[in-house]
Amino acid sequence: MPEVRIASGNELVAEAALAAGCRFYAGYPITPSSEIPERLSKRLPELGGVFMQFEDEIASVIAAIGASYAGYKAMTASSGPGISLKQEGIGLACMMELPLVIVNVMRGGPSTGLPTRVSQADYMQARWGTHGDHLIITVAPATLLECYTETVRAFNLAEKYRAPVFILSDATLSHLHGRVELPAAASFEIIERRQPSVAPEDYYPYDVDRFGPIPPLPNRDNFPRYRFHMTGLNKDKGGFPTENPTVVNADERRMVAKIMDDRKAIDSCEYYRLDDAQVAVVAYGSNATAARVAVNDARQRGIKAGLFRPITVWPFPEAQVRELAGRVPKILVTEMNLGQMVYEVERAARGQAEIITVLQAAGTPIRPAQILQQIQVAAGKVVGDSIRREVLV
Amino acid sequence: MSVDYSKYLRNEKLPLSWCPGCGTGIVLKALLIAIDELGWKKDDIVMVSGIGCAARGAGYVDFHTFHTLHGRAVPAATAIKMCHPHLHVIVFSGDGDMMAIGGNHFIHGCRRNVDVTLIVVDNWIYGMTGGQYSPLTPTGSKASTMPRGNIDPTFDVVELARGAGATFVARGSVAEPVLLKTYIKKGLAHAGTSVIDALSNCHVQFGHRNKLNDPVKLVHHIKDSTVRRSAMAKMKPEELAGKLATGIFVEDTSKKEYTRAYRELVKMAQNPG
Ligand SMILES: Cc1ncc(C[n+]2csc(CCOP(=O)(O)OP(=O)(O)O)c2C)c(N)n1
Ligand code: SF4
Ligand SMILES: [Mg+2]
Repeated sequence: MPEVRIASGNELVAEAALAAGCRFYAGYPITPSSEIPERLSKRLPELGGVFMQFEDEIASVIAAIGASYAGYKAMTASSGPGISLKQEGIGLACMMELPLVIVNVMRGGPSTGLPTRVSQADYMQARWGTHGDHLIITVAPATLLECYTETVRAFNLAEKYRAPVFILSDATLSHLHGRVELPAAASFEIIERRQPSVAPEDYYPYDVDRFGPIPPLPNRDNFPRYRFHMTGLNKDKGGFPTENPTVVNADERRMVAKIMDDRKAIDSCEYYRLDDAQVAVVAYGSNATAARVAVNDARQRGIKAGLFRPITVWPFPEAQVRELAGRVPKILVTEMNLGQMVYEVERAARGQAEIITVLQAAGTPIRPAQILQQIQVAAGKVVGDSIRREVLV
Repeated sequence: MSVDYSKYLRNEKLPLSWCPGCGTGIVLKALLIAIDELGWKKDDIVMVSGIGCAARGAGYVDFHTFHTLHGRAVPAATAIKMCHPHLHVIVFSGDGDMMAIGGNHFIHGCRRNVDVTLIVVDNWIYGMTGGQYSPLTPTGSKASTMPRGNIDPTFDVVELARGAGATFVARGSVAEPVLLKTYIKKGLAHAGTSVIDALSNCHVQFGHRNKLNDPVKLVHHIKDSTVRRSAMAKMKPEELAGKLATGIFVEDTSKKEYTRAYRELVKMAQNPG
């Protein structure tokens, strides 16, 4: 039986985390993410889980990584400035290959920016925020229901790929209250980290020759029996530091390849009214709601518009955009920032389609009318060179 | 004392990467003897460290070991203890790691009073990165980034830990390894956050800039710089000037240990009313 709830995006993220098996949360309060820890501070103790508010975001992410090492499903949440502080720790989770879910309820910036206002300016930060070569799977829910379902999926991806996963929410979504029909717990899959079946003395946390590209990792029950080392240094199969160029190079490549080689299971995109589209709007997160309204309005005006919505926003759905650009003459990218995903769209489109943008970094949502206007301009134009036109209001 | 160290070491990782004569090995030895005397099982021990020469210790011991980021051992250790309260969690890291970049985590760790043991391998310097001054570099000493002598005042690890709320605080040194082992053992057995300031010799990075370029010389210097707390009462102020006291300074069992407080919170949440 689906359960009906009146809840905010943040509350749904918190509830979904619990449903996915999260039993450890560490965080430091920051608007517009604070309802997540508020909810979890009440709920986690009820479930025998651990909730802790730490002295800062750095401690919080490290604590969540420590809990993940100790076998727990763990999460931390924050927003712009706090995510900046967490970045070194996020890299540690990448290198150690520990599952971790990080929620970034985006607000503007740089710096303190607009604490209570909406933004999508951390799109590139999610991909490139921590130093070194790495790839972090990132999902961007667009609706209240997706705040729930994408959080469950984020935990599943983290456990499956032994990797940190970002949830990019935003201030609009996080504070939106609405009625949601939650899927029944039995209706969705919960993935647990693969467990070692070898004897503890034969277990090495990065033994890819024996276990394949994603080795098992002890859960909370098995952790005490399996002793192993983990480090943020480049490591060998035992988790010990190595500077062997062959080992390091292979490990660096594998950490990215374990995600890139399984794109089919990770990618998630919505195609809306795109079959015969002449203008494809590309939007994600809460901004996609405005884009959808604009597409429907355009259709009413006889313009063949559609919406392409990446839900897994990293790795970027490059093949999908390339295919789209091969058959839709105009692509309109809209984002609540000065243009970030548009770089990826341009790269993937390879000049096949004209790229237009509707961008705004004002702390206010982009209105459907702004997007509609540009759809109309695009529809009235012949196909031209690949150019970017910005509409900043 | 005949302890079979090979039981606790990852023997295939030897030789250690520390410079010959480095005090870190003595601190580690004191820790292993203390563990052996307590009869703890390897499966029950977690060693967490940050980054630095001392922090590399985690890689050499056959426990659950977690080598984190510079300064960040304490929150990781806190989390692991919260997840597995029956495990013994030890932080083993340097003075720079715990007092500079990790200083905030250190004081908040002490405040919470989670049952973890924090061993500060206090060699008065950033050893690993080439002898830059740390918050524990004695004023007046030279460092690679204080070529004219350090003008920074130092932290007193004992007073900082006490003020922050740690419930067991001791200071020992590699010059008196048996006493150091005793302090570590008491700290390990203590239920609450225990801090052991373990004065150690880095003759290579600290010593060579301060005419103490030899482990024996520097260990003697450490000995001369310290005074047992028990002996202090009989000493004149001029004899005490500039000396660091060693001994046990705090042993407090009245403050609630944090995993216990959390267990009570869980009970309350699960049985409301
Ligand atoms: C964020 C970050 N900043 C700086 C460094 C460089 N670094 C590595 S070890 C170290 C100092 C270690 O000093 P200490 O903790 O006293 O350990 P020791 O080597 O003396 O045992 C520094 C500054 C780093 N690894 N990470
Ligand atoms: S540099 Fe100093 S602290 Fe590091 S191993 Fe050498 S003697 Fe020890
Ligand atoms: Mg040091």
